[in-house]
Amino acid sequence: MAKASIVSPLPGTFYRRPSPEEPPYKDVHDVVAEGDVIGLIEVMKSFHEVKATTAGQISAFLVENEDAVMAGQALVELGE
Amino acid sequence: MTISKLLVANRGEIAVRIIRSAREAGMKTVQVYSDADADMPAVGMADEAVNIGPPQAARSYLNREAILKATKASGADAVHPGYGFLAEDAEFADAVKSAGLCFVGPSAETIRQMGDKARARTLALQAGVPTVPGSTGTIDSVETGLAIAGEIGYPVMIKAAGGGGGRGIRVATDPEEFSRMAPQARAEARAAFGGDALYVEKVIGGASHIEVQVLGDGERAIHLFERECSLQRRRQKLWEEAPSVNLTREIRTDLCAAAVKLAESVNYCGAGTVEFLYDKQTCHYYFIEMNTRIQVEHPVTEMVTGFDLVREMLSIAAGRPLKISQQDVTIRGHSIEVRLNAEDPTRNFLPFPGVVESLNIPSGPGVRFDGAIYPGYTIPPFYDSLLGKLVVWDIDREAALARLARALDEFKLAGVSTTGSLFRKLVDNEDIRGGRFDTGWLERWLREAYPEGAAP
Repeated sequence: MAKASIVSPLPGTFYRRPSPEEPPYKDVHDVVAEGDVIGLIEVMKSFHEVKATTAGQISAFLVENEDAVMAGQALVELGE
Repeated sequence: MTISKLLVANRGEIAVRIIRSAREAGMKTVQVYSDADADMPAVGMADEAVNIGPPQAARSYLNREAILKATKASGADAVHPGYGFLAEDAEFADAVKSAGLCFVGPSAETIRQMGDKARARTLALQAGVPTVPGSTGTIDSVETGLAIAGEIGYPVMIKAAGGGGGRGIRVATDPEEFSRMAPQARAEARAAFGGDALYVEKVIGGASHIEVQVLGDGERAIHLFERECSLQRRRQKLWEEAPSVNLTREIRTDLCAAAVKLAESVNYCGAGTVEFLYDKQTCHYYFIEMNTRIQVEHPVTEMVTGFDLVREMLSIAAGRPLKISQQDVTIRGHSIEVRLNAEDPTRNFLPFPGVVESLNIPSGPGVRFDGAIYPGYTIPPFYDSLLGKLVVWDIDREAALARLARALDEFKLAGVSTTGSLFRKLVDNEDIRGGRFDTGWLERWLREAYPEGAAP
């Protein structure tokens, strides 16, 4: 099976939580629907939600929390 | 002491600005940079450059240990923090001093005093400077806050004592809203500012944001008149002027004297800005906060007074007494600054990192560009969106507006959206030309000028 992924729409810093005190939006093995928020990208001090573009089950996070990412870089791998 | 080598603990346009004054003062310069900034202009301009870590500010420009290490390793004897990042970090100022080095800014104690916005209000009151009606110090409970709000009248602002610069503010229009917002504000303040102290201020509607530039040497303080900074979006300034069209000569004298009084009452040492709200209807002014750093909009003050504020900061930091006397400071002409941000005003100011494909920087009589970009430069997404500040000077405000229009027409940048187009519209606006604007004007105008994508 080909694996799908969710990519970052913007360059910036990736966050897995809405704020440092809150739990992550999603964890490995969570099932996501299209449109679910999986993280935030901070770009030039403003925060933008990253939404799942396809449904699936998260098999892996390809970047760490607070990693610098490029636009188009895969953040999450979706398994079947 | 003499500063012979200065480390610049910042990036972008302000790093370039600081290097310029340092070189003129005969200092060697050391520029720090993150992995994302190796190609920024300040790195090429400085005598030396030191990498201090990964792109994320928390791991580089906010990393006190990394910057201290770079300072010691490079043999620099002073650190200029610029604005933002560690500029108002008392712990950093302390650490620099403890290492036997010079921090270009006021003492850690002053930074702490003014950084606590509730304490700053108390200091202003003690110095006889009027403050916005509100709580004396912080509020210890929702009930105390409600009582104060009822007394001063709604709407009121619930502000985080550790905030400032327009951050950590909620507006409550009635007691129910107040009761609901106060606990949220407390939780937010704890998370964002590391302290949950709150204070309450009345909302002054229709007011101007006017700030006074001060310089102090620890004993004596002077002012360099005011800046008019009412044109803001989401409490962030976009367009600044000096002098303000809204002040009469009498009010200007009073306001500036009040700022000096506050600065002298805390033995202020360095460059600082005392911010006020000014109510044109009643001619009352109210202290809001004091910033203990060089400000983004400092060039308009330099243009109308002729003094180099960064040069003065370096001189004061080296322990020399103020060279300027109050009588030496006069206003000549009018200056306007606009902030060219990498943001798309037609898409709700969406940040726009990317590559500067081509660039024409305006110049000619009375035009100054403080920037840090060049053709081919990739604007990194990790920091604020300020690409440069276009500053004009002319003999009066009308001439300055015409010069600003000309300079904006000359400004060409391909590859990235900027706020330049927005300013070109503003220059022609009748309210702007007539000086009829308050702190809410720009957001109201944006809703009309960009109905599709400018929800402020």
